[in-house]
Parts: sequence; structure tokens; C-alpha cells
Amino acid sequence: MSALLELDDVHVYYGPFHALRGNTLTVGEGEIVSLLGGNASGKSTTMKTILGLVKPKGGTVRFDGRDVTHASTRQRVVAGIASVPEARRVFPQMTVDENLLAGAFTRKDRAGIQEDLERIREHFPRLAERRRQEAGTLSGGEQQMLAFGRALMSRPRLICMDEPTMGLSPKLVDQVLDEIARINRELGVAVLLVEQQAELALSIASRGYVLASGEIVLQGGSRELLDDPEIQVAYLGKATDTAAESDTTA
Amino acid sequence: MLDTLIAGLLRGNIYALGAVGISLVFGVMNVVNFAQFSFFGLGAMLAWFGIVKLGLPFWLALPLVLVMCAGFGLLTNVAVVRPLAKYLPLAAMLSTFAVSQILDNASQVAFGANFRAFPKVLPTSNFRVGNLAFGTSDLVMLGITIVVMVTMSLFLKYGRIGRAIRATSQDQEAALQVGIPVAGVQHVSFVIASALGGLAGVFIALYVGVANPSSGLETGLVAFVAATLGGLGSLVGAVIGGFVLGVLEAFGIHFFGDTAREIIVFAVLIIVLIVRPGGLLGRVPLISSEPLTGTFLGRGRPFRIPKWVWPIALVIAAVVVPLVGGDYVLTTGTQVLIYATIGAGFTLTAGQAGVLALGQAGPIAIGAYSSALLTTVVHLPFWVALPVSGLIAAIIASILSSPIWGVKGHYISIATLGVGTVIVAVIQLVFPQGIYGIPFPDWFGTPLTSPLAYYLIDLGVLVITLVVMWRIRRSHLGKVIASVGSDETAAVASGVRARDYKALAFAVSAFFAGVGGSLLAHQYTYIDPTIFTTLMSLLVVTIVIMGGVNLPYGAVLGSIVLIGAMELLRFTPELRIIVYGLVLILVVRFRPGGLLVRNS
Amino acid sequence: MSENTAAGAPASGETSVEVDAATAATSDALLSVEGLERHFDGVRAVDGVSFTVAPHEVVSIIGPNGSGKTTTLNLVSGALRAGAGTISLEGRRIDHADPARIAEEGVARTFQNGRVFATLSVRDNVEVGLHSTLTASRPFRRLSRLFLLRWIPLLGELFIAIIGTPASRREQKQIDARVESEVQRFEARLGPRRDDPAYSLSYANRRRTEIARALALQPKLLLLDEPTAGMNQSETAEVLEQLLQLKADGQAILLVEHKLDLVMTVSDRVIVMDGGRIIAEGAPQTVRHDPAVIEAYLGRRRGLGGATDDVVASAAPADETPAATTGDAATGEDEA
Repeated sequence: MSALLELDDVHVYYGPFHALRGNTLTVGEGEIVSLLGGNASGKSTTMKTILGLVKPKGGTVRFDGRDVTHASTRQRVVAGIASVPEARRVFPQMTVDENLLAGAFTRKDRAGIQEDLERIREHFPRLAERRRQEAGTLSGGEQQMLAFGRALMSRPRLICMDEPTMGLSPKLVDQVLDEIARINRELGVAVLLVEQQAELALSIASRGYVLASGEIVLQGGSRELLDDPEIQVAYLGKATDTAAESDTTA
Repeated sequence: MLDTLIAGLLRGNIYALGAVGISLVFGVMNVVNFAQFSFFGLGAMLAWFGIVKLGLPFWLALPLVLVMCAGFGLLTNVAVVRPLAKYLPLAAMLSTFAVSQILDNASQVAFGANFRAFPKVLPTSNFRVGNLAFGTSDLVMLGITIVVMVTMSLFLKYGRIGRAIRATSQDQEAALQVGIPVAGVQHVSFVIASALGGLAGVFIALYVGVANPSSGLETGLVAFVAATLGGLGSLVGAVIGGFVLGVLEAFGIHFFGDTAREIIVFAVLIIVLIVRPGGLLGRVPLISSEPLTGTFLGRGRPFRIPKWVWPIALVIAAVVVPLVGGDYVLTTGTQVLIYATIGAGFTLTAGQAGVLALGQAGPIAIGAYSSALLTTVVHLPFWVALPVSGLIAAIIASILSSPIWGVKGHYISIATLGVGTVIVAVIQLVFPQGIYGIPFPDWFGTPLTSPLAYYLIDLGVLVITLVVMWRIRRSHLGKVIASVGSDETAAVASGVRARDYKALAFAVSAFFAGVGGSLLAHQYTYIDPTIFTTLMSLLVVTIVIMGGVNLPYGAVLGSIVLIGAMELLRFTPELRIIVYGLVLILVVRFRPGGLLVRNS
Repeated sequence: MSENTAAGAPASGETSVEVDAATAATSDALLSVEGLERHFDGVRAVDGVSFTVAPHEVVSIIGPNGSGKTTTLNLVSGALRAGAGTISLEGRRIDHADPARIAEEGVARTFQNGRVFATLSVRDNVEVGLHSTLTASRPFRRLSRLFLLRWIPLLGELFIAIIGTPASRREQKQIDARVESEVQRFEARLGPRRDDPAYSLSYANRRRTEIARALALQPKLLLLDEPTAGMNQSETAEVLEQLLQLKADGQAILLVEHKLDLVMTVSDRVIVMDGGRIIAEGAPQTVRHDPAVIEAYLGRRRGLGGATDDVVASAAPADETPAATTGDAATGEDEA
């Protein structure tokens, strides 16, 4: 597996606050990797660093073998990194189509854009139905689909998703996770999935990293992590008996 | 009736152009751009210069003016607004206020301050419908506006950059993440807004027939109110706001005369802010996710000032200066002391309560006029008139501003600017002539005419002010007021009635502003409304920000530098304003806590 | 697994107390919420919520993000106005009172991300919390709710601040003493920082300052919005200690929290919300095994994890529902 994205010993500071403490992680071509952690553990900062919204004080970010540590967000989008931001953040007063076109801002090939627009409409028929509707009036699940579609419009090779299940009902969570897996499988796009709900994320990811206080404290295959009693109790914050049960059945 | 309506629509058309620019910039940067004002005056003056001095044809001058305004706009954004907007939107707003003063006065230095007749490039009354006369000029203006508006909306709707502008204004973070270069989008918006401002400025000159560098402020304020009325960030709202105001204003002038103009405009603004705090089409979040008040200036720790400094400073001020300085120095010193008093009182509002009020000229004017009337008409002694005028200023300013304390964020600064402007406008309406022969203070019948005596009186007032401010800061009340300025939502949750404490802080500041106004009146012995300008408000804000917005003694330092040094260096008034503006920008940019506060 | 059972022990030990508290809640409640509703742009953030908190009771609200927990807290504290329904404190309606009034009535709160007065010192932060309990420093304070007359107490406060009275000076001494005792609650952490401005504090210390400020109000009911969010394990354990201490002191608490261990340990009762409604309510142990709760909150997507019997039982039908209702999105594949 060739590494598509590599973070090497990345340090990020907010003023005196050391938000990321020398993190190293990789995402392979076409892989789903989850990045887990509680509030303020540094997972959103990691994602912002990958997107170029935050500049690291030390370490390097490589994408597709190229050093992009100092590249702008726009350059990274052009290179093939897209994002589904936290809480979806579609442009509420723009129509579904306009949102999708905004996702293609960095591209100039009109024909290609049109083609991708069609492809995404095919992929998410619901978005095709509502193409002229303002995005703010969509339901939470539809907005999530739109955020995916918008990210796909830049023809990415890696999509970073910041808590895509946040604020969605359990049913929709399930649907969204299926969708992520499908996008990954059908389009071969790698996904870095930032999540608080570890079990959900690990159910579709092949590997995971666990962040706490800005440091990667655990990493490994999904099953390995799920079965790890330490994460069950310490990090996942799940009820103690569920942890015990999962331990015994594994 | 119909002609009033038409006149209103023509004016409204100009306001709409300006308001769209203000709203556009607010949308993508979350900054209220006061610099937009200057482009009205600048546009008019540049067009006048091009046509009259260079002999350019109108159709060539117009695009040139637009390009130049756009260039200035870009420069403003690159140099001042953008570096601040990211972290300190309120500071950025303040800086644009400074920029507008700089541009206005630079333009005054360049073109001269007097009104110039603007050439009649197009016929103004060659058509007649019924008894209504209008001209090609009006039609061309209306036509251009329509073309501009339609082009703008098509551009925003279908253009790639237009879409990026809308995306940025709806969600900047998400726009960044899809690869939209937000900085570029902001530059483009600024360029468009400034060009629209310039266009509106040319139109005003065409419409009124005269051009003047500082005429921008008047129209700018209205355009700005139009944008706020429509809801900052909403372009449709800005257009609606522009036309609504234009028509309201035309009917207001029709029924009440020209002096009622400003009062109507700001009354509309304040009513809208109270009834719909986000404007007609805007939105205000229900619970602010972070404190919105002026806390940006409050961080950092003040330098520790050793105790021995205070007696020494007092000795220098009370003994050394009077002994060494001549009358000129003492007269200047008196000005320094008065502004220090006003500024020290203002720190309670701007620093502690976190309300960056932009209209302190209002209470100062009330104090000055009260004192003048009490001594000349009622013949009260100065010693009585002085505190009474402070009280009157506090009471009137508090009544007028009582509805605005529930208003949030930038809007509260705007509302205070409105209140200040209305106060001065009302005074102008009631006493258009000014008041002469305001008596000197006397001491048991002996008039204290010497600059020394007046200097010592003002020093005494300043010392009392500082002691009072120091007592308030140390008290439970001071902490409560500071909690409101720091985080209103949290303060309210702790049982603090935030609105009331903001009102109290403002009343105290208005009291000292009134006292300062009284002192000014008795020093000048003559006052008229032209003294109490927006510039005076800016000066007060600059004084407190320079020393440290939270530090009463910082206002003394600010006053020494901004009043004393400027006077002793014999800067011309225009140059002085430019210096005020630059100082404000530099301090806000590099030492947001003020000179006496260590950066954190 | 030994530490798990150890952590779980206090929770089961509390069970007998829970029952008493639950029955007490119905008779004379401290806080009583009836049919609470709040919509945002058509989204029903809180949709017909009713519950009570008895005196000295610790009640937790759990639920997925966006389920309406924080909105409920904001409605109770008055930060948001309810669309419908009633909120009563000791039988008195507070749903139309402004938040400052509600605080005066004895409801203190903290905020989700911790809101302290950044420019004030730790001690001054706590002192502001005392505001609603003061008398001598706030003369005529009964008038402070009345139009125009509110200026009398305001000017009174101004007079006290500038000149002072013997009584206000005595009270200031009491203020200092009480601030000191609140700071001492967190002496090890906040003690050395008591005179530092709050913006210079660590995140955890800000949250401690916030709790100290809320407690300074001597509240009848303390609302805590995710007090351990962003805290690491040891810090969370420390907060748990504090909460247990408060509970032992008889403080009534309404707690919104994600960390279930803490919730299970400290709560007398647990309310589970989803989609703006209460989907379950009861003693911690009962709620934890409620199938609806497991589906909505505890997570049921455990293809990889160790699925237990009860989880599978409730998860199986739930997994089918989305596929059935949204045929366009899911093609029926199961990647688990």
C-alpha cells in the first residue's frame, strides 16, 4: 500500500498552546482510516493541518509523495484533498447545484465539471431531485449527502471528513456510514474519518488512530482497536459493562 | 407628492449603491467598513478634478474614478482591514473608521476643503411630466444603477467568482475548505464595493451639483444605515434599505425641512435595531457562540506603575508645568486635561463594559450647551453649572440610548454612533446659531480669566475623575461591569443584569463627557454645533485605545500625545486627523491592549 | 477489567438511593418541566419534554449530539425562551423570567465550552458569581426589575462603589472570605492562580473557575453542560470527585454529559434524549439496558466489535429500517 497522505512529526501551536505534539500518521491510496478522540483531543486540528487551514510549526505533510506542508488550501484541493467539514456546513442560501459547483471552484474544465455534476446526481438521486432547492432547507441527512457531493466535485483522491455523523439520528448515521463506504469502494477515494464515536468509525475503517491531548496514543487495525479494553474504557467512554462484554465475546 | 417620491427614489438609488458595497464587504469579512464613506466624497472629488481640472469628458472620467476608488479600496483591505479582520473584527471596524478619516482629510489636503460646483455634464431638467421636471442626468443615473444592479446580481448568481463571494459570505470556513481563496474573494469584494462607492459619489455630485471632500460622511452614514436597515450582509436588503431611506428622507425633508434629515435617518436605524436587531433581512444568532463585545482590547496585563510615579506626576502637572510653561502651554495643557477627563470616564464604557461607543461627541455637546445655557440664561455660577451639566448629559444620553443596550456586536457601536449624531443634529436644530459670551469661572466674584487658573481647575476635575474611576474599578460594581464586557451571556447567567450595567457605565461616561463639554465651553467662551463632530467622537475613542482602553490613567497618556503633542507640534487640523487615524490603526494593529499594556 | 468493575461499583451502590429520589421527585419537585418545546427554523430541537428534579437530586441528560440536551439546559436557564411548555422552580413559574432573574431564583449554570470572564482574575470571576446574593452592596435591589425605578439600585451601587457604607465594607469582607472558600474548593489547581486573569488559565482550570463561579451563587439547582468536555482521564476523575462531593453536600444538579462512566456513577436518575424527545428515563442501570437507548445512543453498529446479546437483539431490526426507508441511498450492501 503506497501512502497517499503522510504526516510526519507534526507540531501545531495555538499561541502557547501545544495542540499537536509530534503526530505521525499515514493514509494509503483508497483506504478508510479513522482518527478518533474526544473533544479538544486534537483531531480537528489534525484535519485542519492536512487541509492547510492551520500551519504546523514543525514536521511535514506529504501528499502523493509531494511536500505540501506550506501549500495553500487551494493548492491542496487542486492536488486532490477534499473535505467534508464538521457539521456539514453546506452553503445554506445557495441551491444544491450551486453548492456542488462551489465544490468545483478549483477546476476550470467545464465539460468535466458538468460530467461530474451528472455523476453525482446519479450517485445521490435525492440531490438531483432537489437541485434548485436552497441547501439550508434540506434535512440533515440530505445536507450530509450534499457535503459529500460537494467534496467529490473537486475530483479528490482523499476526503477528510470531520465527524460526519454528528447530530444525525441513529438511522441516518447508519446511512451516512454506508455512503462513505460506498464512495470509497466505488470511486476508490481514500477517506480520513474523524470521529468521536469510535465504534461507528471503526466499523467501516480498516485502521484507526486514537488521539488524546494532541498526541496519538494508540493505533492499529480496526478490530485490534475495538477489542482493546483500554480504549473501550479509557477513551471511548462507553459504559463499563459493554466494554466488558465486548471483551469477552471477542 | 409624486415629485417627492421621485426625489426620494433618486436619492435612494444612490444610497442603495453605497449600501450594497457596505453589505458586500460585511458579508465576506464580517467587518463594518466605514471606509466606504470616504469613497463617496473621493469619487465626487476625483470626478470633479478629472472633468474640471484635466478637462476630461465625463464618460472617460467616470471609469477612471471607479478604477482609482477600486485601487484605494484594495489598498485599504490589504494594508488595514484584512490583517485585523481575521482575529479582531471590531478592531478592524475601528480601523476602517480611521481610514475613512484619513482618506477624507487627505482628499481635503489635496483638493481643498471648500465646496466646488460640479459641472453640469448632462441636462438636469429637460423633461417634464405634469409639473414634475427631471433630466437626462437623472435618467442616466437611474439607468446606470439598474444596469449595475442587474449585472451584479447576474455575476453573483452565475459567475464563478460571484458564487465564490456568496459561498464565502455564507460560510467562510467551508469556502476555504472547498479551495476558494478567501483572501482573493475579499479583495475582489472590496474592489467592487469601493468602485460602487465611487460611483455613488459621482452620482451625488451630479444630483446635488456640488462636490466636497467631506460630503462623503453625510451620505456615507445614510448608506450605512440603509445597509444596516436591510440587514448587513444581505444585498437585496441593502437595495431595499437604500430606497426605503431615500423615500423616507425625501418625505421627511418635505414635511419637516432639511435639518430633520439626520434625525429621521438615525431614528429609523435605532427603531429597526430594536425591533429587528439584525435588520430587515439579516439574522442574529440567538446565543452568541463567543463574546461579541469589545474584549479584544482588554487582554494583556497593564504595566505595573510604581506608587511613587503618582505623586511625581501630580507635582509635575500641578507645579512644574504652571511654573515652566507659558500661557500657550497652559492653554494646551487645559485641552489635554479636559480630554483626559472625558477619556478617563469613557474607559468605563469602552474598557470595562466593552461597548465601543462611537458617539461621545453627543454627551460632550449636551454638557457644553447645558453649561452655556445655565450660566448665560439662568445665571448659575460655573461651579454649579459644571456638575449639573454632567448630570444633564448623563440623563439625556441615557434616555436616548436606553433602547440600544439589548443590541449586540457591531450593531451596538453603530447605534451609539447614531445616538451621538442625533444629539448633535437636534442641538443644531434648536440652536443653529451657537452661543456666545459663555462666562469664565469666578472665585467669590473674581473672574478667573488667566489660563493658569483654568488649568488648575481642570487639573482638579481630572484628579477627582481618576479617583472616582479608580474607586469604581476596585469595587464589586467595577467587577460586575467588567464581567459584562468580558462575556455578556455568562454574566447574565450569573445573575448580572447586563443591559442595566451597560447603561450605568454609559451614564457614568456620559457624565464625565458632559463635565468635559462644560469645561470646553467655558474655555472657548463660544460654542456652535460644528465643534461636536464625528471626528471628536473618533478622537475620544483614539485617546482611550492608545493608552489602554481599560485604564483610566491610560486616557491621560493618550490625551497628552494626541492633543498635547499635536498642538505643540503645530500640526494643521487636517494633518492631525490623519495622524489620529494612523495612530489608531497602528495601535490597534500592533498593541491592541494600548501602549501601557503588555501584549499577551 | 478489574478497573472497570471498580469504577462501576459506586454506581450500583447508589441504586437504593435512586429509588427514593425518584419517588420523591414526583411529589414536591425542585425543578419541574412540563411539555417544553423549542423550534429553530422548523427543526424541533426540543419537542415536548417533561421531567422533574427533586431537591438534592442529581439528574443527568444524555443523548447523541443534536438531541436537544443543551437546548433544554438553555431553556431552563432562560438563555433561550421556550416556544411552549412550563418550567417551575419550587412551584414558581420561571419560563418567562429573564436569565438574570432565574439566576437570582437560584439556578446557576456552566457552559458547554466553558465561559469565564477572560479579563478578570479567578477571584473576580467568582466574586461576580456572588452578585445575586449580595445585599449591602446592592441597596434597593428589589427595585431592579422595575422600569425606570431600576436606576435607584443602580445609582445606589454606584454610590457604594465610590463612597461606600459601613455595611457595604463589612459585606466586602464577607465577599472576600466567600470567594476564598470557593477558590479553596479547587485549591490545588486554582489556588496558585487566584490572581491571574482567566484568559491565561488552562482549559481545565477555566472550567474549574466556571464551576466555582456557579457555586458562588449558592444555587438551589446547578446546571452543568458537559463539565468534562475536553478533559483527559485524570481531570475527568477529578471532576467526578468534585461532583460526588457536591452530591454528598446535597446539591441538586442537572447534568448534561457524554462520559457515561461519570454519568452512571454520579446520577440518581438519567434522562435519555433523542431528536428533541425523551426516549427513556430512570435509574442509571435501567437506562443503560433500555433497548431504545442502546439504539439511539450507546451505538448498535458493532459488526466489528463484540456484539452482546441484547445489543444484537435491538440492533438487528434497526439495521433494516434505514435500508427499507431509504432505498435510494443504501443499495443493501453490508460492509461490516
